Amino acid sequence: MNGAEVSLASVAAVMAQVVLCVFGAPLLVGLMRTVRCRLEGRVGPPVVQTWRDVRKLLQKQRTQPERSSIFFTSAPVVLVATTLAIIVFIPMITTRTIFSGGSDLFAIVFLLLAGSMSLALAALDTGTAFGGMGSSRLMAIIALAEPALLVAILAVAAPLHSSSLSVIVVGSLHHSVWIATPQRLLALGAFVIVVLAESGRLPVDNPATHLELTMIHEALMLEYSGPDLAFVVLGESMRFTVLLALLSNLFFPWGISTSLRAPSLVVAVIALVAKVTLLAVAIAAGEVAVAKLRLFRVPELLAGAFVLSVLAVVSSLVIS
Amino acid sequence: MTVWLVAMAACGGVGAACAAAAPNNARAVLVAVFAIGASLCGLIVSVWVVQSGHPVHLATSQILPFNGVELRLDPVGALFVGLTAVVAIAVVIFNVGYSRGHTMSRTSACALPIFVVSMLLIPSVWNVTTFLFCWELMAVSSLVLVLSDYQRSASVRSAALWYAVLTQIGAAAITFAMVVLAVKSGSQSFSAIALHAPSLSPAVRSTVFLLALAGFASKAGAVPLHVWLPKAHAEAPSAVSALMSAAMVNLGIYGIVRVGNTLLGGGPAWWWIIVIVLGATSAVFGSIHSATSTDLKRLLAYSTVDNIGLILIAVGTAGLLRATGHPAFAALALFAGMFHLVNHALFKGTLFLSAGSVLYVTGTRDLDQLGGLFKRMPIASTIFALGTVAITALPPLSGFVSEWLILQGLLHGISSSGTVSVVLMPLSVGALALTGGLTAAAFVKAFGVGFLGVARSSAAESAQEPPRLMNVGSGLLAAFCVVIGVAPIMMVGLFNRVVLVLEPGPNSIVRRHGESFAIQNAHAMFDPSLIAIVLVVALGVAFSARRILSRHYSVRQAPVWAGGRSFQTARMTYTATSFAEPLQRVFDDVLQPSHDLDVSPSGESRYYVESVQFGTRGADLFERHLYQPVFSFVRVIANKARLLQNGSVHRYLAYSFAALLVVLVVAR
Repeated sequence: MNGAEVSLASVAAVMAQVVLCVFGAPLLVGLMRTVRCRLEGRVGPPVVQTWRDVRKLLQKQRTQPERSSIFFTSAPVVLVATTLAIIVFIPMITTRTIFSGGSDLFAIVFLLLAGSMSLALAALDTGTAFGGMGSSRLMAIIALAEPALLVAILAVAAPLHSSSLSVIVVGSLHHSVWIATPQRLLALGAFVIVVLAESGRLPVDNPATHLELTMIHEALMLEYSGPDLAFVVLGESMRFTVLLALLSNLFFPWGISTSLRAPSLVVAVIALVAKVTLLAVAIAAGEVAVAKLRLFRVPELLAGAFVLSVLAVVSSLVIS
Repeated sequence: MTVWLVAMAACGGVGAACAAAAPNNARAVLVAVFAIGASLCGLIVSVWVVQSGHPVHLATSQILPFNGVELRLDPVGALFVGLTAVVAIAVVIFNVGYSRGHTMSRTSACALPIFVVSMLLIPSVWNVTTFLFCWELMAVSSLVLVLSDYQRSASVRSAALWYAVLTQIGAAAITFAMVVLAVKSGSQSFSAIALHAPSLSPAVRSTVFLLALAGFASKAGAVPLHVWLPKAHAEAPSAVSALMSAAMVNLGIYGIVRVGNTLLGGGPAWWWIIVIVLGATSAVFGSIHSATSTDLKRLLAYSTVDNIGLILIAVGTAGLLRATGHPAFAALALFAGMFHLVNHALFKGTLFLSAGSVLYVTGTRDLDQLGGLFKRMPIASTIFALGTVAITALPPLSGFVSEWLILQGLLHGISSSGTVSVVLMPLSVGALALTGGLTAAAFVKAFGVGFLGVARSSAAESAQEPPRLMNVGSGLLAAFCVVIGVAPIMMVGLFNRVVLVLEPGPNSIVRRHGESFAIQNAHAMFDPSLIAIVLVVALGVAFSARRILSRHYSVRQAPVWAGGRSFQTARMTYTATSFAEPLQRVFDDVLQPSHDLDVSPSGESRYYVESVQFGTRGADLFERHLYQPVFSFVRVIANKARLLQNGSVHRYLAYSFAALLVVLVVAR
């Protein structure tokens, strides 16, 4: 394995990952909204609505709160950039990623953290009560989601003695027995909860709310407008998509290509889109049935996720 | 090379004398000159030792009245000497700027060079008496420095008292452990002890290890012996806090590693399980407190407790893996621990020095009173921001790499040893992750509330850049954080040499593979430089995309949304207290805060409120439930003792008479 494995096909694969995520992410979020609306008996906006919003926002002027600094203006860019870096590093359609030196689960976690922290700092930079509130709540949730996430990662990484994503995905492809073992199911449970918390979905945060006092992510981006808001919306949807892609490839690695040949890459793209769409639809359908948790019940949910993941690690070592 | 070691010691002595004799305005400069001199000597020797791999040895039987002085600097010691030297150079430069506003007293000017040199000497001494002498010299000189501002408030004096007591209890434990070793092996040289120690009985070895662990852990600030640390670090002048937090606590780890690995040559698994548990507790406890503190320096001090915990987890895992027969993975964990120790020293030094700049400029360390500093002191704030990124382990700065390595150590620890580790390792990873998340919350709070947003007091409003030398000092350490973060690969050789001394046996499995870290037999490949490059490129792409795609790129300044009100004052914004509130609620059981709510109604009705005062006080859990009972016990005993000592001369004469009789009877 080299640090960077550059060939035309691998560059094409990475470009495909980037294009899929950047253009697919807003559609995915739109799709989830539509599914939810239909299940609730409403028509809802069209699937491409998020893209329309982004296009409209890009045409407006940027505004900046009077007393804010470069931390406010650069956060949307940082959010998008860290997500782009993750997209480049993780194996989405092929396990032969171009930069295997960065394809590491722990590294991905810290890149995600970097994006969240830049938003939290930007919210504090506005100097408003809403910003502070969103920032404080976001950091509290992230602090508590982190242990569950890392230990769930450990549960999938420990049997393979490696935290490299490609190794884990290839490993689970070859040992298909593992796919439904208890440890993987437990880890999957923890992972799902963490993904929901990290991306501000129900039951942790309601993406559809606009009531200032109950919201987390909306409070963070309250002061953004125009192209900056477009970037925040795009960045958040990309993050969510990446997390779903990661989840599906770690736990349901079917279809991912282990080579760089064109036919298998095409199959992998189709498989990826299908898996992520299915997951998203499932989450959206689930969201109809649950209510948002009180903010101070969220730690209990995350503690539950942590316990699940510890059990996953222990059982993975006891069973294997 | 030995001449440099002698020069290093001499610089300290001469520096102390000169600085004490110098007039007010020249003291800090003289301290800086001599401390830098000593540090450079130390750096030269340690670089030579690491490069050549040969220890420098110097023994003489003439200098001190206790059976000779022996110095021997091996690569392990060289790592600590070099690190202390770098930190000390930055700190004394900072101190020159700081002394413009706060004149150094004669006593502290005398103590500072001694403190620096004693810390430089401790890793290089090689026999028991010299070690204990330097250890005490460090304790006393740092105590004097903590007391520098004793006139300011009673809390300084109380902090110094806590420090003095805990450090002396620690020193007593260390003295006892080392004396037992020296007596049992018949010589006080470390080499002789290392030779004899494996043949000692397990009971003696365990007693020695536990005593030394307790002593060194009290210096390192591990829970529950950490109580002095937040007090002393917060009350000491910032330069001293930086030295203590970035250099002195490391020597606690040095002591544990030196006694555990070099002198005793490793031990049974349960020793190291204790170390891991100690480390995990410290990490979680420290990070909970740092996430909820509103005092900037206290926050940093608790984060030192948490980072020391992480290092202890790594050191303990290394010991456990060796005890269970996996020396290669043990070397990996130790590598990670030492790497994190170096990183912690660099970023914590940066952060304490920048906190010192804030304190110098605004006169307060209360985050609730700060805010908006980034616009008023951009350079100092940027330095703090760099420290923040490094400590929260974000790529591409230094903390990221070492936390990754610790996680790798735990990952391999988990699958290669017995039942205990199956439970212990996931919990350690959990502790590490919780620590990581809470550290992120703590430093978003420290930077976001303290430096961004609006100024919450007139002091913060009128802030400006501190004297340039202060920024130079803290900036020097921040630069190291950036360099090590972007190109950590150049440190691999250094750490492998260090680890090889502590874990003699197979070559380290952390390898340099082009620009990436490779861990042998583990399919782990990691390239921090690559991540840094990709991140920078992605930033460039995203930035230009925003520029190209938006139709109006210019920015309009606009008022903020204040819930429909037309104005917004600084009092409406989130303070550090309110920022920490959710976490404070979650960790209520650990923090046990007491709230003071004071509502004064205006005359006619209790529903018209004149003013509301709200405050929280959180005493340390261990202070309240572990130390206070001891204090009250001692107080009861002392009260009983007062019955004997009531001031009456007649009674004292009767005592001496009785004592004389007893002696005569017994000795007959």
